[in-house]
Amino acid sequence: MIPEIQELVVHGADWTHKELFTYPNEYIYWTIQIVMYPLMTGFVAGAFVLSSLYHVFGQKDLKDLAKFSLVFSFALLLVAPMPLLFHLQQPQRNHNVFMTPHFTSAIAAFGLVFSLYAALVAYEIWFVYRKHFVETALSLRKNADKTMVENIQYFTYNLLTLGAYDVSKESSERDEKAVKLLASIGIPIACFLHGYAGFIFGSVKANALWMTPLMPVIFIMSAIVSGVALCMLTYIIIMEWKKFNAKRKHEDRMSMEIKGAEIEVIRKSSRYLIYAMIAAITLEVLDLVFRGYTAMKSWDILRSVIYGKDFANIFILQYTLGNIVPFAMLLLPGLTIRRTVIATILVMFGVFMMRWNVVIGGQSFSLSFAGYMHYTLPVIPHNAETFREGVGGALVIAVLPFIFFWFFNKFAPTLQFTKKDMSE
Amino acid sequence: MITRRDLIKNTVAGIAGLSLPLVSVKIINAAETLFPDRFEKPSVLWGFVVDTYKCVGCGLCVKACKNENEIPYNIPLSRTWVERYLILKDGRVLIDSPDAGRDGYTNQKVRDTVVSPENIAKAFFVPKLCNQCENPPCVQVCPVGATYKTTDGVILIDRKWCIGCGYCIQSCPYGVRFFHPVYKVAEKCTFCYHRITKGMKTACVEACPFGARQIGNLRDRNDPVAKIVLSERVAVLKDAFGTKPQVYYIGLDENVR
Repeated sequence: MIPEIQELVVHGADWTHKELFTYPNEYIYWTIQIVMYPLMTGFVAGAFVLSSLYHVFGQKDLKDLAKFSLVFSFALLLVAPMPLLFHLQQPQRNHNVFMTPHFTSAIAAFGLVFSLYAALVAYEIWFVYRKHFVETALSLRKNADKTMVENIQYFTYNLLTLGAYDVSKESSERDEKAVKLLASIGIPIACFLHGYAGFIFGSVKANALWMTPLMPVIFIMSAIVSGVALCMLTYIIIMEWKKFNAKRKHEDRMSMEIKGAEIEVIRKSSRYLIYAMIAAITLEVLDLVFRGYTAMKSWDILRSVIYGKDFANIFILQYTLGNIVPFAMLLLPGLTIRRTVIATILVMFGVFMMRWNVVIGGQSFSLSFAGYMHYTLPVIPHNAETFREGVGGALVIAVLPFIFFWFFNKFAPTLQFTKKDMSE
Repeated sequence: MITRRDLIKNTVAGIAGLSLPLVSVKIINAAETLFPDRFEKPSVLWGFVVDTYKCVGCGLCVKACKNENEIPYNIPLSRTWVERYLILKDGRVLIDSPDAGRDGYTNQKVRDTVVSPENIAKAFFVPKLCNQCENPPCVQVCPVGATYKTTDGVILIDRKWCIGCGYCIQSCPYGVRFFHPVYKVAEKCTFCYHRITKGMKTACVEACPFGARQIGNLRDRNDPVAKIVLSERVAVLKDAFGTKPQVYYIGLDENVR
């Protein structure tokens, strides 16, 4: 017998409020971290696809953004599985997925797909930055009396070259070929990685809202939307920072040039954002219309959730504020940086709400179709669980990619905008 | 060089070889040859019968289950539970299962509504437990194989291997799974596997004073449970999901969820 323990944590009881009839064991088991998980993998896939537009399809005007989004994609990639660790009841056993993968499960292959993809992105970054690594290592080698920091740098860059110091023209051309090849293989894998996250939900036959073969495709499209929007926003922030610095140093000409280059990149990439948004919204609306039209047994409760309980979340926050408003903002002529900033933030918010409405919305009604469950996001934690699966845990996940990116940027600078570039 | 003789010889041999029916070839499974007993159809398949006409909603089964299976008494989670259905004369359906029906149904209040007996068209109780599906979605979705089906048809969970992702909880159409508040892994009814494999009945079957719950071997034609499933009009819950439950209900109403 289990001794009577004072505080037993019933997982889900802290944030689930039940209404009418639900089965006794029903709670909202998948919460904010499972909202963050597809959001993060979506950013990864989107950022990678954006960088591939340059590397594979030769969209020259995206050159600046391509390097940047590739490295950013890697930073996001490392964070993508962390929501799962925050969410697992036995996080210390996470490696079991690698040790005994049970391949009939949609989650089992995640580790393999993820590792494959991580390796691929790492390789691609290496080929893109190989020349930079070699040049830096060689210039540090010349420096006779190195400081300790420089010594560490020298060691790291030497390590990063992996012993390949050949940066001749032929060798560089071969690098470019490798990058192109890796980027082309990467696109289907990125789509697979994320479409696969959609499959995790779409294949749950017990859940009336999740089960649709459209789910993986919807996830891929919204992933590209969110990834492109995030890259655009981060790019703007960095460029504005550089502009601000140039102004402070009274380099007016440079400040103007940065501004010109910036708006050019933004206008071009916003077009891709619009295309992806059209695809994503079309699929989502198709799914909604189809459910209403076929009106299966579950439609009664789904309708009451979609048009009733979650109306504000779905139609006001997700579709209006997250889709229609930014869509109009990006389409109107004379796109400015300020308007793009607002639009991309709204787009990302819209994708976040879409994930929320899928994950939380799918659990907001009972499997008995006779009751509802409401989710209250824990803001102020009162135990480890309400921190991990609350605002705190979500913020950790949201901030980490930027920290990783800042760190990677030290070795693989993504946005060098120096006088040398100007003169080129 | 091919001579005429060679050509004829090879053609005849080729046609003879091609016409050899594939069924005459048997692929030998090494494991099956070495350990034939492991590949025999098991003689036991555990099945359960719930007679909803006999259930009075006393909740003794829930109490017994909680004690037997180490599910803390004062939490709302339970491996088995009893639902009460009230179908009113105006067509409304009221369902409840407070504390999994542990304390029995002793008053006429459904949540906050007091229902007077003259408004009730029909009312009944429905005990629920894991259906030990023949085609279990929970086993299918477990990423680490911590939940598995035994050869005698019961789905079990390895508490030492489960990572607690909750995918099985989401995939069960019957809502029987939950996280154990102490062990922090997925948990559900096991038909009291530790008891039935030693010739005993499950705790809930033992506790039921009215014989509403029965467990038996569906492969044994003389078993009372197998006889009921074969000869009486029984139904299973949510058959549209294709899970093929092994818990059969006598007198299942269309309103039962």
